[in-house]
Amino acid sequence: MTQSLTLSRLTKSYQDTKALHDVTLSVGAGERVALLGHNGAGKSTLMKIVLGLIPYDSGEVRVLGARPGSAAARAGVAYLPENVAFHPALTGLEQIRHYLRLRGEPAQLAPDLLARVGLADAGKRRIGTYSKGMRQRVGLAQALIGRPRLLVLDEPTSGLDPVSRRDFYTLLDDLAADGASILLSSHALTEVEARTDRLVILSGGRLVTQGSLTDLRRQAALPVALHVVPREGQGARLAEALPQGRMNGTGVYLDCAPDAKLATLSRITALGGIVADIDVIPPSLEDIYSHFSRRDGQ
Amino acid sequence: MSRILATAQTEFLIALRNRWVTIAVAMMVVFSLVLAAAGSAPSGALGADRLSVTVASLTSLSVYLVPLVALLMSFDGIAGEVERGTLPLVLTYPVSRAELILGKLLAHLGVLSVAVAAGYGSAAVAAVATDADALAGLPALWRLMWTAVLLGAAFLCLGYALSGLSRRPSGAAGLAIGLWLVMIVLYDLGLLAAVVADDGGWFTTELFPWLLVLNPADAFRLFNLAASEATAAAAGIGGAAGAIPPVQALVSLVVWPLAALLASVLIFRKVTP
Repeated sequence: MTQSLTLSRLTKSYQDTKALHDVTLSVGAGERVALLGHNGAGKSTLMKIVLGLIPYDSGEVRVLGARPGSAAARAGVAYLPENVAFHPALTGLEQIRHYLRLRGEPAQLAPDLLARVGLADAGKRRIGTYSKGMRQRVGLAQALIGRPRLLVLDEPTSGLDPVSRRDFYTLLDDLAADGASILLSSHALTEVEARTDRLVILSGGRLVTQGSLTDLRRQAALPVALHVVPREGQGARLAEALPQGRMNGTGVYLDCAPDAKLATLSRITALGGIVADIDVIPPSLEDIYSHFSRRDGQ
Repeated sequence: MSRILATAQTEFLIALRNRWVTIAVAMMVVFSLVLAAAGSAPSGALGADRLSVTVASLTSLSVYLVPLVALLMSFDGIAGEVERGTLPLVLTYPVSRAELILGKLLAHLGVLSVAVAAGYGSAAVAAVATDADALAGLPALWRLMWTAVLLGAAFLCLGYALSGLSRRPSGAAGLAIGLWLVMIVLYDLGLLAAVVADDGGWFTTELFPWLLVLNPADAFRLFNLAASEATAAAAGIGGAAGAIPPVQALVSLVVWPLAALLASVLIFRKVTP
């Protein structure tokens, strides 16, 4: 697979704080990669380096085979900044027409682009009157101009309601199916909704881990929670049979390691008549994310 | 080129929406008409046509007004984009920083040209309407127009440079007003004081004319008054016009915008979004 973006041993410091430390990462054609991390983890810095907006200290960066910020790289890369802003005196249509001309595309494509992000009706209003979500859509519309080969999206779903968020990910699916690579950032695992191919977790400027959600789940090896509900009047006997669990009003809670899950389950089913139901609760996305982002934070 | 035009088109639209076109045109027209009316008094005594006399008064007005309007339009050019947060996005487009500044310059120069043409044009119409000989002053008026645009270009580019240096609109506005005060008002006052103190010595005869040419506003005044037949109608500094060939003043008027443009591009390149 051809790589749209490769970073190797990328390091960047601001005065005396290290913003990025030895980050190695690549994004292939048609791949959707989510960059996760707290505020200050280095997500925006990494993106600005990829776009050629800020210089870096050491390491190597190749964007579409070219130097970041070079004419070749800029021609094929689209960007959606965090909290995207536009001149408030322009209308949505005028702003998109301007961006189309800057990319050498015909200005009459503007209404189509706005329609694709659900802003067909607001195009003639000034951006100064738009809500945050609407500005974000204008930002998304400009990122779709001219079939970019790499999209760099900094917290693209912030300010979007759940329905628009879903529409947004559908748009991304179409782009990726066309062969565009997507690098997007987010604060939390739950936000990317497993609609990306690979997750990359940054913490304190270091790349902590990367992989699919299943990979990360396996790597974290967080305990699985089991909730065992007893039959009517069998609560005391169940608590006795499962001494490692904690009894609460509705049943017994117990944690077990992921590889001991099946063994524990068969032990519980062997209890027979006293068990009414079992719920298996896998670690949540938030649990996995905090496991990784905290581990290296200290 | 198409990217410069795209930027220019959008910037002109913004200037129109922000009422800069209206403000600049109204200011130039009102002041020009007032001068055209006030300047009619001495024409009989001087024997010059009315338009030439009006041009002499307009020259003095433009020295103050054109740089002021230019700086007011340009101080926001870079600092405003930094503050609004629109700069990072546009810099990821395949457009160079020089192209962005040229686009802005083209748009603002367009606004300035419209204002100058409207202002001087209305003064000319007023002069011609009351004096049939006034058509003789048309070449002087035309010269005044294009030199005013050159003067405006110099101060527009100086405004972008200040905008790039301060990176905050409020700071850039302060610097712009300071620059206007120093280059337009204090510079002349300082020279005047030095000439008075020197009392006809080496400074007055050798250095003073060059110091005048060095300032684009004074060069603009010198070039228009030296070339105009109505030199006599102008007071004060016009007397020095005889000491310097108009060509040198013209060179100063051409070099200033180019040098300021170069400086603004170099400063803009150092701005990290």
